Amino acid sequence: MDLDLAPEDEAFRDGARAWLAKHLPKTARRSRGGEPAGETPGDRLGALKAWQRTLYGAGYVALGWPREHGGRAGTPMQQTLLNEELVRARAPGLVGMMGVQMVGPTLIHWGTDVQRRRHLPKILTAEELWCQGYSEPGSGSDLASLKTTARRDGDEFVVNGQKIWTSNAQIADWMFCLVRTDPDAPKHGGISYLLIEMKTPGITVRPLIQMTKDAGFNEVFFDDVRVPVENVIGGLGNGWAVANTTLMHERNMLGSTTQTQSMFEGLLRVARSVTRDGRPASEHEAVRQRLAALKIQVEAMRLNAYRNLTATLKGRKPGIEASVTKLVTCELNHQIAATALELLGPYGALYRGSKHLVDDAFWPYEWMFSLGLIIGGGTAQIQKNIIAQRGLGLPRGKS
Amino acid sequence: MDFSLSSEQEQLRDQARDLLARECPTARVRKVMASDSGHDADLARVFAEAGWLGILVPEDLGGAGLSFLDAAVLAGELGRAVAPGPFLASSIGAVIALLHGGSRAQQRAWLPRIAAGEAIATVAVAEGPEPRFDGIGVKARARAAGSALRLDGVKLFVDGANVADLILAAFRTGARTGRGGASPGFEGTALFAVPRETAGVEVEPLVSVDETRRTCEVRFAGVRLPKGAALPHAGRALGRVLDGCAIAVAADCLGGAERALELAVEYVRAREQFGRPVGSFQAVQHMAAEAVALIEPARALLWYAAFVFDARPREAPLAAAMAKAACADVYAAVSRTAIEMFGGIGFTFENDMHLYFKRALANASAYGDSSFHRERVARLAGF
Repeated sequence: MDLDLAPEDEAFRDGARAWLAKHLPKTARRSRGGEPAGETPGDRLGALKAWQRTLYGAGYVALGWPREHGGRAGTPMQQTLLNEELVRARAPGLVGMMGVQMVGPTLIHWGTDVQRRRHLPKILTAEELWCQGYSEPGSGSDLASLKTTARRDGDEFVVNGQKIWTSNAQIADWMFCLVRTDPDAPKHGGISYLLIEMKTPGITVRPLIQMTKDAGFNEVFFDDVRVPVENVIGGLGNGWAVANTTLMHERNMLGSTTQTQSMFEGLLRVARSVTRDGRPASEHEAVRQRLAALKIQVEAMRLNAYRNLTATLKGRKPGIEASVTKLVTCELNHQIAATALELLGPYGALYRGSKHLVDDAFWPYEWMFSLGLIIGGGTAQIQKNIIAQRGLGLPRGKS
Repeated sequence: MDFSLSSEQEQLRDQARDLLARECPTARVRKVMASDSGHDADLARVFAEAGWLGILVPEDLGGAGLSFLDAAVLAGELGRAVAPGPFLASSIGAVIALLHGGSRAQQRAWLPRIAAGEAIATVAVAEGPEPRFDGIGVKARARAAGSALRLDGVKLFVDGANVADLILAAFRTGARTGRGGASPGFEGTALFAVPRETAGVEVEPLVSVDETRRTCEVRFAGVRLPKGAALPHAGRALGRVLDGCAIAVAADCLGGAERALELAVEYVRAREQFGRPVGSFQAVQHMAAEAVALIEPARALLWYAAFVFDARPREAPLAAAMAKAACADVYAAVSRTAIEMFGGIGFTFENDMHLYFKRALANASAYGDSSFHRERVARLAGF
């Protein structure tokens, strides 16, 4: 055990902190309560792209990528420190996150030189934004049952089908997508990983309004969409393996616990400002017990992230840590928001546009949004299956 | 930054696990449970030879001189084995009290004997009717009687006092100034080294749901001690004892929770109903997965608390409070889930699961229950 940062890591963190203090525009900061990840309001698109360019110029985008692909070959430690500093400075989320965190690393791992040269530079500068085409109406947790087809026709595929829950499809330039290229192959074998340009004729994007009343995700329809054959990544029929690389990178996204910490700080502010019987709620024993219980969980997840990071640094193969983190953190976020709402009473139930609104409706928003994240990215129940089967070696049930 | 056990600590863990599997299977635990004293002198000798009883005792006083994180690793293994006896009271609680509060002479008199397994010591803080392990719990007073001291009062829930040679007993000598919770309120509290054979000391074991250890009532009636029996730095020591024991109990909890889950998982893999292993049913799998999701984050809190106890003592009270509340709650939840995974057989005395379930109950209130520690968290984190 050694909880001190190495001098070079400390210098890196101080450098990032100083740079953010100087370059992050005040107006670009998230509101005090924080701002949920995954939302990209259209009117802020230009500013968010400019912010990613600035960040990239300073070397703070794709820190962990190899240098030859435009990264900085930063260590996982530095990536974690940077994430912490970004949250601490209340920097907005990366608008090109899907590209930088998911498709970029997948291209580095599986792509050809031509594919990398075509896409990586524009991913880094947010010149092109990406969305993920995995889920379908009939294929959620059972992703490998997906039915969107890509039929070979000369040098092109003709894609037909539908994707759903596609975050940011309305602003994306490209989609990385799982399609069935061989209808006769076994379930996992006939799937390929395909890049599709969103302005291709035959694509229709229809926004789905979430319970938060935002249009963050979409349905995407493919009607005879023609895609060049060279847009397949990692070889025909190899899509399941390629997608797993992407998923691993998604699960590697550390820093989510930093977000949880800042939410808890927000909850403390609420508890101190709200009064009960004329005294701050934070002085009431029942409230203190709940706050402390949450604080303990937040700290546990913060420290556990360091434990997982150490395992990564030591080259240990990832196990079920990501599933535990996803399961616990998403639920914790939801509980923090629910506690804030309880403290706020009727004020907590007010929503955007109302008089007497608290924290710009951050709390009811986060309460709803965090429930979405409990379901999305592999439901809580699927995570429990993974923990039980891969972690504990319990036998799979009949399907 | 390296948030992991060192290879030496992993080795200590593995060796302890092997030794306990050999020397302290649950069959032996049950024999000790059924005995009057709840103490197995032969087993204690094995522990002494392994260097465990003096794990925190400095080498120049006959101990292993290891770190508190090492001791927590060992406590976790003893928890896994639901090991009987007063290890925690003697080798953690009393050793910390003597190390941080005792005079050099007191340390020399007792620490080598504790390490060698020649003496057992324990710490007596709590009293009825509101047992607490901080200074607020100490109401019994020590009075001057000529050139000597006189102790009168009743201490409760004193772990292993029935076999102890030395009782380190907290008595009030002055006014209490601090508040409970964050500041454990040990000002005005003194700690006395009382040999159990001293006239006026009476020990009565209580009957606990958890039979792996003996908790006792200790009555002090006109006990006369020389002034030199007081530990010179009691206030400082008692805070360290509270935190150290809380962390060690947390380690015991997590070790026990881990083992209970392992046994339950093993069982549901083999047990068949409806023509398939019950462990293939998602209802059962999700119980097990939820237990994992409780245990793993708590482990991070435990390691952190045990590490900062030595390395960053100022962070220890908050870290100890977090670890104790978390791990005790995890043990209660996981040992219960494990019994449900076993089903009916898990309710029998013959099956081992109740050993964990009951130890979880005793651990829950030892050195501060979860709400006590959550209130400490609230204060120390500045709510």
